[in-house]
Amino acid sequence: MSTVAEKELSIPVSTGDAVKDNFLTHTRGFLTWALTLDHKRIGLMYLVGVMSSFTIAGIIALIFRTHLMWPDGNLLTVQQYNQMFTLHGAIMVFLFIIPSIPAAMGNFLLPIMLGAKDVAFPRLNLMSFYLWVTGAIFFVVGLLLTGLDTGWTFYTPYSLDSKGPVVWATLAVFVLGFSSIFTGLNFIVTINTMRPPGMTWFRMPLFLWATYATSIIQVLATPVLGITVLLLTLERLLGIGIFDPKLNGDPVTFQHFFWFYSHPAVYIMILPAMGIISELFAVHCHKGIFGYRLIAYSSVAIALFGFLVWGHHMFTSGMSDVAAIIFSALTFTVSIPSAIKVFNWLATMYRGTISLNTPMLYALNFMFLFTIGGLTGLFLGPLSLDRHMHDTYFVVAHFHYVMMGGTLVALVGGLFHWWPKMVGRMYNEPLGILSAILVFIGFNMSFLPQFVLGTRGMPRRYATYKPEFQDLHIVSTIGAYILGLGLLVALISLLYAIVRGLRAPANPWGGATLEWHCSSPPPFYNFERPPTVHDPYDFRGIEYDEKIQGYVKRK
Amino acid sequence: MLEMIQSVLPLADVNETFWFPTQASTFAKEIDSFYDILFWISMFFFVIIMVPMGYFMWKYRQRKGYQGSPEALHNNALEITWTVIPTFIVVWIFARGTIGYLDMTKMPEGDVLEIKVQAMKWAWSFEYPNSAVHETLHLPVGRPVKLIMRSDDVLHSLFIPAFRCKQDIVPGRYNRMWFEAIKTGEFDLFCTEYCGDKHSQMITRVFVHEPEEYEKWVAEAARPPESPVEHGEWLYQRRGCKSCHSIDGTKVIGPSFKGSWGKDVDLSVGRTIRFDENYVRRSILEPQAEFRNGYQGASAMPSYQGRFKEKELDAIIEFMKSLKD
Repeated sequence: MSTVAEKELSIPVSTGDAVKDNFLTHTRGFLTWALTLDHKRIGLMYLVGVMSSFTIAGIIALIFRTHLMWPDGNLLTVQQYNQMFTLHGAIMVFLFIIPSIPAAMGNFLLPIMLGAKDVAFPRLNLMSFYLWVTGAIFFVVGLLLTGLDTGWTFYTPYSLDSKGPVVWATLAVFVLGFSSIFTGLNFIVTINTMRPPGMTWFRMPLFLWATYATSIIQVLATPVLGITVLLLTLERLLGIGIFDPKLNGDPVTFQHFFWFYSHPAVYIMILPAMGIISELFAVHCHKGIFGYRLIAYSSVAIALFGFLVWGHHMFTSGMSDVAAIIFSALTFTVSIPSAIKVFNWLATMYRGTISLNTPMLYALNFMFLFTIGGLTGLFLGPLSLDRHMHDTYFVVAHFHYVMMGGTLVALVGGLFHWWPKMVGRMYNEPLGILSAILVFIGFNMSFLPQFVLGTRGMPRRYATYKPEFQDLHIVSTIGAYILGLGLLVALISLLYAIVRGLRAPANPWGGATLEWHCSSPPPFYNFERPPTVHDPYDFRGIEYDEKIQGYVKRK
Repeated sequence: MLEMIQSVLPLADVNETFWFPTQASTFAKEIDSFYDILFWISMFFFVIIMVPMGYFMWKYRQRKGYQGSPEALHNNALEITWTVIPTFIVVWIFARGTIGYLDMTKMPEGDVLEIKVQAMKWAWSFEYPNSAVHETLHLPVGRPVKLIMRSDDVLHSLFIPAFRCKQDIVPGRYNRMWFEAIKTGEFDLFCTEYCGDKHSQMITRVFVHEPEEYEKWVAEAARPPESPVEHGEWLYQRRGCKSCHSIDGTKVIGPSFKGSWGKDVDLSVGRTIRFDENYVRRSILEPQAEFRNGYQGASAMPSYQGRFKEKELDAIIEFMKSLKD
C-alpha cells in the first residue's frame, strides 16, 4: 500500500489552541440545531436521543431485576413485569441499539473520516432523525395509553389478542424502520461517491467498512420488517387472516417474516461495534491493524451470511427437520468471520505500544465479553442442544453478552475515544478507568449466572420462578446494580469534560485516520478541500508532543 | 444451601451436577456429554485468546524506554490456521448436533404411549388413551411416550428440563414430541413460550411411575366422583379453571366462582344479567360474548366449546351453586 508516493496531507495539524469557530459555535440558537443539516449536529442530537432511550430502558431493567430477587417477585404484579420486559426489549432494540452506533457515531464520523464536508444527502439525514423522533413519540404514547405486553417480538397470535396498544407500537416500528433505511441509504451513497483522492476501498478505515456492511443490511432487510408490522397491523385491525389461526392464518409465518429482518438486525447492531473496536485497537496499540483485508472481508461476509440464518430463532417451532438442519449449518458459517476478527484484534496487540487508557480498556472489555458471547453461541447452534437451551436464560445471557457486552461496550469505548473530538475537551481519565472496571465486574456478575440458570432449566420471560433458582438471581441482580453504577460513572466522566475538562488537542491519541487531522471540535465544514490520503493505519512518524499534550505528524 | 432448600421444599429438580438437573430421559446423557465437550472446546479457545491478551497488555504496555514495532501486520500461515481449524471444529459440532436432533425428533414405533396435550392460557391438560384428563403429566418409566400437542389460543411451549427437550405448541396445527423416561420421580414441566399474564405460572408436574402404578393411576383418573358438586370441583381442579378463577372470592384474572350465583351482575355493555345456568353456560362456551364489568381488560379466556360434555357443564354449574355464599 505504501509504495505509492503520496503527497503529505494538505491540512495543517492543529496546534491545540482553542479553535474559536467550530461546528458547536458556528451558529447559535435552538433552531440552528433543530433545523441543522450538519451531520455532526445531527449525530450529537441522535446521541442524546439514543442515550436517553438507553437510560430509560436500563432503569426499567434495574427495576425488574430487583423484582427477580425473590421467587414470588414481591415488587411488581405479573402484568407489570410483562410490560416492563416488553418495554426494556422494544426500547433497547428499536430506539437504542439499532440507531446507536450507525446513526449517532456514524453520522458524526463517517463524513470526517472520508474527508468530506457532509453526507451525500444532508436533508434526508435530518429527516431520518425526525422519523426517529416520531417513532419514539409513538412508543411513548403507547406506553402512556396502557401497557404493551407482547414482548418486543410481537409474536402472533398473542399480539392479536393482547389488550395492549400493539398498533401504536407497530406503527412506531414502521416509522423507525424508515429512519434506519434513510440512514443506510445515505451512508452507502456517501461512501461510494465521496471518498477523497487516494482513498481506495482498501484504504478505508475499518469503521467505514463496518458501516458500509451495516448500511447494506439496513437497506435490504428493514423493508421486510416494515411489511411484517404492516401485515400485523392489518391483521389486528381488519382480520386479513394471514397470521391468525382462527382465520386459517399461520403464526409461524409471522416468525419467519419477523426474524428475516430481526436476525440481520443483530448484525446491524454488532458490525458497527466491530468497526469501532478495530479503530480502538489500532490507535491505542499505536500499530497498524493486523490482517486489514481479512477484517474488511469478514464484515461483508457477516452481512451476507447474516441474511441466511434467521431460522435458528425457530428451531423448536415445529418447522421441518430439513429446514432446521439447513439453518443450523448456515448458522455456523457466521461464527467463522467473527472468530477471525477476534484473532486479528489479538494479533494487533502483538509488539504494539499499548496505551491502557479508558477507550482501550473498553476495547479489552469488549474482547472478553464478545468472546464469551460468541463461544456460547456454539451451544445454541447445534440442533440437539438447542432443544434443551431454547428460550431459557442461557439464550438471554448469550445475547446480552453479544449485544450489550459487544455493542454497548464498544459504543461507550468509542464515546471515550471520540469524545475529545466531539466536544473539544478531555474526559476525566481516572473516572473513565474506574467505569471500565466497574462495567467489567458488574456485567460478568450479572450475566454469567444466567448461563447456569439456563442450563438448569429456568425459562426466560418469567415473572416468578421456582425457589431453587433464587441464589443465582440474587447474584445477577447485584451485578446489574454494579453495571448500572459503572455506566453512571462513565457518564460523569464524560460530562466532566464538558464542564471542566482540559482543551483537547487535534490528535490526543495518535490516530492516523482523517478525523484526527481536523481540530477538536471540527470546524463547521470539516475540511477546506478534500485531503489526499494514504494508509489509515500507518502510524510511523506520528509522535507525542508534550507542549500540546497531543500527537503530531513529523515530516 | 441447595440441601437446605431441598429439605424444606418437595423439589425434585434440584440439580445433581453444577450445570444440569437430574438425567431423567434417554436424551439427557447425550445432551449433557455434548455440552461438556463444547464447554471444554470453548474454554480452550477462551484461554488461548485471553492468556495472550493479558500477557500482551502487560508486555507491550506503553512506558518510558519502550517502543513497539509497527511491523507484524500480516501473516498468511497464521491467518489461514485460525480460519481453517475453527471451520473443522464447527462442522463437527453441527454434525453431532444434527445426529442428536434426528434421534430426538424421529418418532418411535411399536409400544408407544400416546398422550394428547392441550395447552391453554394458563394451564395444561393431558388426555390419556382411556380418556382420562388431568392437569399433570403421568407416564410409565421405560416406555416411549409420544405427545400430540395443540393449543386453542396462543403459542405455548412444553419444556421438561429433566428430559432435556422442548417443543413449541402452535395454534392451528399439531406439534409432536416424544421421550422415554428412565427414572421414576417427580419433575418440573414449564411453558417456555411467552403466553401472557400468567406465563410464569403455567407450570405443572411430571410424574414418572413404575408401569403397574401408572396403569392404576390412569384407571383411577378416568373415574369422576358420583356427586355433581364433587364432580364439578374435580373438573375445576383438573381442566384449567383454577388458574384464573378462585373459589374464595379473590380476583385472580377472571371473576371468582364464589358468591355470584343467583345475583344480578353488571356487564361491560352497561346492562345487568342474572348469574344463572344460561349465563354460566354461555361464558364457558363463548367466553368473549358477555363480559362482567371490570374484566374487559383481562386476557381473553379460551373457549371450552367441544371440550366439556353436557354432563360436565352441569357439574360445573352445580359446583358454582354450592359456592353461592
